[in-house]
Amino acid sequence: MKKINLNNLSQKRLFWPIFILILVTVYNIFFTNGFTKIEIRDRHLYGMIIDIINRASSLMIISMGMTLVVATKGIDISVGSICAISGAVAASIVGGNVNGIAEHPYWIAVIAALIVSSLFGLWNGFLVSRLGMQPMIATLILLVAGRGVAQLITDGQIITVYHKPYSFLGGGYLLGIPFSIYVTLLILGILILIMRRTAYGLFLQATGINPKASRFVGINIRNIILSVYIISGFCAGVAGLIISSIVKCADSNNAGLNIELDAILAVTLGGNSLSGGKFSIGGSVIGALIVQSITTAMYAKGVSPEVLPVVKAIVVVIICLIQSEKTRDFIRTAILAKKEAF
Amino acid sequence: MSILLQMSNVHKKFPGVVALKGVDFRLNKGEIHALMGQNGAGKSTLIKVLTGAEKLDKGEILLEGRKINPKNPMHAQQLGISTVYQEANLCPNLSIAENIFIGNIISGAGKIKWRTIYKEAEKILKEIGLEIDVKKKLGDCSIAIHQMVAIARALSISSKILILDEPTSSLEKWEVENLFKVLRRLKEKGIGIIYITHFLDEIYEITDKITILRNGELVGEYMTKELPKVQLIAKMVGKEIEEFTTIDKAMIGESAQKESIIVAEGIGKKNFIEPFDLNIWKGEIIGFAGLLGSGRTEAVHLIFGLEKPDRGKLRIKGKDTKIDNPRAAMNEGIALCPENRKYEGIFDELSVRENIIIALQAQSGVLKHIPRKVQEEIANKFVEALNIKTPSIEQKIKNLSGGNQQKVIVARWMATNPQLLILDEPTKGIDVGAKAEIQKMMIEFAKKGISIIFISSELDEVVRCSTRLAVFKDKKKIGELTGDEINEAKVMQIIAGGS
Repeated sequence: MKKINLNNLSQKRLFWPIFILILVTVYNIFFTNGFTKIEIRDRHLYGMIIDIINRASSLMIISMGMTLVVATKGIDISVGSICAISGAVAASIVGGNVNGIAEHPYWIAVIAALIVSSLFGLWNGFLVSRLGMQPMIATLILLVAGRGVAQLITDGQIITVYHKPYSFLGGGYLLGIPFSIYVTLLILGILILIMRRTAYGLFLQATGINPKASRFVGINIRNIILSVYIISGFCAGVAGLIISSIVKCADSNNAGLNIELDAILAVTLGGNSLSGGKFSIGGSVIGALIVQSITTAMYAKGVSPEVLPVVKAIVVVIICLIQSEKTRDFIRTAILAKKEAF
Repeated sequence: MSILLQMSNVHKKFPGVVALKGVDFRLNKGEIHALMGQNGAGKSTLIKVLTGAEKLDKGEILLEGRKINPKNPMHAQQLGISTVYQEANLCPNLSIAENIFIGNIISGAGKIKWRTIYKEAEKILKEIGLEIDVKKKLGDCSIAIHQMVAIARALSISSKILILDEPTSSLEKWEVENLFKVLRRLKEKGIGIIYITHFLDEIYEITDKITILRNGELVGEYMTKELPKVQLIAKMVGKEIEEFTTIDKAMIGESAQKESIIVAEGIGKKNFIEPFDLNIWKGEIIGFAGLLGSGRTEAVHLIFGLEKPDRGKLRIKGKDTKIDNPRAAMNEGIALCPENRKYEGIFDELSVRENIIIALQAQSGVLKHIPRKVQEEIANKFVEALNIKTPSIEQKIKNLSGGNQQKVIVARWMATNPQLLILDEPTKGIDVGAKAEIQKMMIEFAKKGISIIFISSELDEVVRCSTRLAVFKDKKKIGELTGDEINEAKVMQIIAGGS
């Protein structure tokens, strides 16, 4: 009886992502010093777990947008560059006054950055849905050119922002919890609400599974595809604001560098297939947490940033193997064969 | 005759369904053996087990007396079991010769020996009676050639067993004759052939023996000569059905209230279909006859807004209406079940429920989400009304048999409450029982006042079901028949004569 339950459980979509997250966390509890320690300083929660969630917030937000793109069988590799653009727009509007006086109010900067990011998303979507470009190639254009655009916005300078409210988004606390976590939850909530209350999710899946049939049932797949890239651009914009807020500057070269790869990884670890169709936003959020947990654990172990990608790659390969149906089948038959042999 | 293949007590279970329950199957050398059964009877599963695409849960397979355990289709091929699938799995962008030898390239001295490959390919094709330039790109050849090439490929790997799954479903009559010639030649060479088809006439023309499956169980093995058609059908379906029901056209004729729903006046599109006129009455079944590629499908694509007409106009209920996308057509009460179920119809990863409500949802728009409860009601209603066999409405549609998938697509469109239902080859690739059910369904719909455009390649079927018949040829509507004129001879005459 119990065995059957376990089997059913492992068929559930989110079983393996959650399982992996628990695995990584258990590892951290035993082998990473100070992992479980949470303390209250200045009425703020501090500790490694909080730190992981906080740092993962930008990745989680980008992964959510990426999930929708992936559901339509697309991919958006320009999100890192859009992060840089978003930060550049915000920082240049607020300005680098050393005394912390803003040239324009911060909220204008936020809105402008998000509009610009969404417009770049629109551009991606236009290339894919209207011109029929391969998503990888279409978004490659911005991946390459985007950081140049960010440089243009900031005149090639790294703008350091001293305006106090600017650092709140990525470094501030509300009720003792980092503010970026609220932002992440807000976006997650909105997206889940859209999926529950509208047919958007169904149309996304339909488009990803069979675009031709989608057209035959009257779904406007071109607009569906356009919309996911806009959402992805918007999410990247939010993440860009958070990243820029953490370091209190707009660094066009390094803001969100390679984050598109982590995001794709997070989406995949969350149990989403890159060939489109069924998707889970929650899965991607868990995936992002897994990626961040590994990164933080590695840093805590003293792995240098140069070697980190190698170690991360090895861990990711192992995780993918655990998640793969084929490996599990292989192991299962191997065990059965052994039993039969005796 | 010596036994080539012996499958005994084969069991296979899928999540939620038992596909095979202790099936036995025996194939002799030089025998053409029909594997019969309705959709979902377990034919495909048996073949999948034999070719290693699925692993059997229980049972054993003996090939020439030796126990085999095919791990995957590749392995099965090496053992001498080759399959030619319904939609031949070939690469249209490669040459004929490359397609024959793909995965089995003749090479030597670090090079691919192209000259040998071409020579060998020619030899094999000649053996099955086809003389053609083997360097030609396959994509430029007809479907019949594809089928032949698939067989040639199977033979190039020195097969003992050749499995043909619906090989004739997209072939013309004379091409079928050609195929049969090839099969007879192969039979003489001692190859065992497993033949799956829904065309009963072919069974009697070509096969020696028939094995019938029903609901995953073996019904029996019979000599083809000794099993009359009626009994064959009865054994497949499990009960005597009034097969080939004569349809009471008079009744539909009466209920057709001679109220015009849609009038097409000279609509057409350059290089797509010549302008045609069509007047659709309320509650009639108008059949579209013609060969594959004759313009039947193109005509309905124009009406459904999948292609924009560049001339002529469409009047719906007396009003000039422009339809340039499917959504616009749906808003006018037009529905289209597409010709190719797999590529244009189903969303394989989605559930039966989602597949049913999706057109209705697309029509009402992304924001007007149909509540889950209403979705379930609609799905359950149609599953019951159309007798769709599925364990639950949450089952993924890809796990259903072809006939049931087709019914789900019909349900999808009936849910939108259409005035005009266009059915493009609704009975293609489904079994007799399901065919009869779909035909019956059409009649029911027509009686309720829904107009139907019924497209089919099977002439007897269109002739039997239609109250009016439009004949197409070479992308052109060449004639229209009504009343007693509707018979096969007349249609053939029109197609042969009017060019």
